[in-house]
Amino acid sequence: MLGLMSTSPSGLEQLWFALITVLWLGYFFLEGFDFGVGTLMPFVSKDDLDRRVVINTIGPVWDGNEVWLLTAGGATFAAFPLWYATVFSGFYLALFVLLAALIFRGMAFEMRHRGDAKWAKWWDQAIFWGSALPALLWGVAFADFVHGVPLLANGQLGGTFFDLVKPYALLGGLSTLSLFTLHGATYLGLKADGGVRERAQAIASRLAPLTFVIVFAFLGWTYLTAHSRHQTGLVPPLLPIVGLGVLAAVSWLVHERLEGWAFIGTGIVIVAFVTTLMLNLYPNVLVSSVSTANTLTIVGSASHRYTLEVMSWVALIFTPFVLVYQSWTYWIFKKRVSRPGAPSENVASNA
Amino acid sequence: MNTFIGGISTLSLARWQFGITTVFHFLFVPLTIGLGLLVAVLQTAFYKTKDPAYDRMTRFFGKLFLVNFAIGVVTGIVQEFQFGMDWSRYSSFVGNIFGAPLAIEGLLAFFMESTFLGIWIFGRGRVSDRVHLWSIWLASLGTILSAAFIVAANSWMQHPVGFTIDPVSHQAIMTNFWAVVTNSTFVLAYGHVLFSAFLTGSVFMLAISAWHLRKGNDFAGFGKAAKIAVVAVVFTAVGTMFLGDSQAKQMETQQPMKMAAAEALYNSADGASFSLLTIGDLDDKPIFQVRVPHILSVLATNTWNGKVQGINQLQKEASAKYGAGSYVPVIWVLYWTFRIMVGLGILLFVLGGAGLWLMRKKRLEQSPRFLRFASWMVLAPFIANSTGWIFTEIGRQPWVVYGLLKTSTAVSVIAPGYVATSLIGFTGIYTLLAVVEIGLMIRLAKVPSPILSESEAQSVPELVY
Repeated sequence: MLGLMSTSPSGLEQLWFALITVLWLGYFFLEGFDFGVGTLMPFVSKDDLDRRVVINTIGPVWDGNEVWLLTAGGATFAAFPLWYATVFSGFYLALFVLLAALIFRGMAFEMRHRGDAKWAKWWDQAIFWGSALPALLWGVAFADFVHGVPLLANGQLGGTFFDLVKPYALLGGLSTLSLFTLHGATYLGLKADGGVRERAQAIASRLAPLTFVIVFAFLGWTYLTAHSRHQTGLVPPLLPIVGLGVLAAVSWLVHERLEGWAFIGTGIVIVAFVTTLMLNLYPNVLVSSVSTANTLTIVGSASHRYTLEVMSWVALIFTPFVLVYQSWTYWIFKKRVSRPGAPSENVASNA
Repeated sequence: MNTFIGGISTLSLARWQFGITTVFHFLFVPLTIGLGLLVAVLQTAFYKTKDPAYDRMTRFFGKLFLVNFAIGVVTGIVQEFQFGMDWSRYSSFVGNIFGAPLAIEGLLAFFMESTFLGIWIFGRGRVSDRVHLWSIWLASLGTILSAAFIVAANSWMQHPVGFTIDPVSHQAIMTNFWAVVTNSTFVLAYGHVLFSAFLTGSVFMLAISAWHLRKGNDFAGFGKAAKIAVVAVVFTAVGTMFLGDSQAKQMETQQPMKMAAAEALYNSADGASFSLLTIGDLDDKPIFQVRVPHILSVLATNTWNGKVQGINQLQKEASAKYGAGSYVPVIWVLYWTFRIMVGLGILLFVLGGAGLWLMRKKRLEQSPRFLRFASWMVLAPFIANSTGWIFTEIGRQPWVVYGLLKTSTAVSVIAPGYVATSLIGFTGIYTLLAVVEIGLMIRLAKVPSPILSESEAQSVPELVY
């Protein structure tokens, strides 16, 4: 990083594009399974105790996982103010829905167990919709970045809400929804015990082929249109091929009960998927569907060098601590979550 | 495009939304900061003394802390997002400077508080007692750090330092990060915010303990909690007032208009008197007013006959410097929010002082009048926190970044229908949350701390949630 800092000013901007990509990767990897777990909760639980098992698998970690979003948002604000300003005002209603979903979901974890069955039922709805909607919306948003939105010369978004939900973007949304749900299923296979674990495995093996079809279609569409959009970051298409290859293997990993590997597998698919989109976006950050002249680029939307330098030092010094203690919590809570009274085993023993 | 039904503009909708969501968010945040530290203190007391009364209090107030923490977290995400959603021109103007503390807040503070709170909630009996104690301290430290970065960001808006304006993009560019984080405005404001947050937590703990003491519940536990809280109230009320007083003097040099408007002082005056209370119009001829001679000068300048600048003179000065337009904020809002905040601060100091006196007489637990007074005072810090921020933010108007960017040119260029939708949406959601949250808090606060046997106290729940 020291070497990079002394290179030309543009080096820092690329570095921050890479760092923000890493923050989004961290967010989608971690909250991806939280969303999946929340989306699957009604389908893997037979009774209230099962639902509690499901929630407790992510209980100690979901909030820390969501901080990746806050940090990604803050870092985008600091490193690429124009990107932040344009996207957040332009995707207004979608973000409002996202925020509402995250509010109810976050409250639900703390509230659900503090009342009677009827009370819990309401919060269960919040957990399901609060997980499934963001999982869908994130894919829509990232697909829009790549395929473009009606960005005008004055930096404002023209068009209406419906310009943001075109078929390509919706397919992107379905991709993240299915990917995160699959990721949640492999997480539950790894972290839960008893009936929840079995049902999650069954869902994973059925969901994996469907996810493959959706993601394949979406990445294929992205790839086929990349040249006509002068988006050459995808060439050669190594990453999406690796991602799809691993995705194809997930069914088998689940079937062979290689639960740890299955979870790592869905994680790799998410990383490959998001990195593919970001590489495809490079060197832009938000494509204008109106005129290429209006497209926001990395260099055009970045903060000045000094801000990026300060941020680089802060990131360099403090990120290792965060990674260490956040990983440590996963180690502390490595035990499978089981229904009270049932024997439990360590995740590590079959990871 | 920029007006809505009845001519309501995007600007006014966005301002209402920011005001409502921010005041709501900040009802809960100070309690998180204050109560987090107090729970850490209670748990430390248990760790050192092994007195089960402290353990009961840790669990009791810990539960309330967690319920409150959750709402602060979920409403906090809205805060970070709405800068870009509603204030995109502000965001692109300040991003170089304002964005950095927000990003650092996530990296340094939010990760710390969320991760260690996770360990604290789920780790009881799974990690050692020492690690469990550390986890609440680190979570508390996280909340304290988070306030630092957001107040640093706000202080830059009140008093911009360490920047230059880019001649091409017209963005504010950071030139000195150290200047931004050592901004004189920040140092005082952070102290004031932090002390008032601890005051909020202390009054909350005192009020609830007092309620239970009056009902005769768990004398050993709530008596101890009340005593810790009384000492904390006195200490933090003094700190809050002392720093607030220093801020007033700083305000007279950095934002004299805010001071003048707070006093409804229309014309500059030497040895200015302090208006304690007004009935009727604040401008020309109030019906009834109580004034204390010279006190405003003392407050603003620390001298008996110091000159305090008036609204008319400051308006003339500002329009000469920045161009035509009104530079006077809404005076009645400032006048009254300032008085409510200061008045409640003094009242809380009296509460603490009375408690301390009763403690010395060893009569704290048996003084029904004091206990009733203490219970009612639970609302005071929340009102004082809200009026304080309303005062400081409305008082900066018409600026969003003082002297650099007006609020009217900071708002996003979006259709008012969008903002109206989210304004109605957030207000509805927040009202619902408030009902649920406050209802739950009252329900939990009324259930006395159960006396646990040793084996119960050491049992590890298999499912925490």
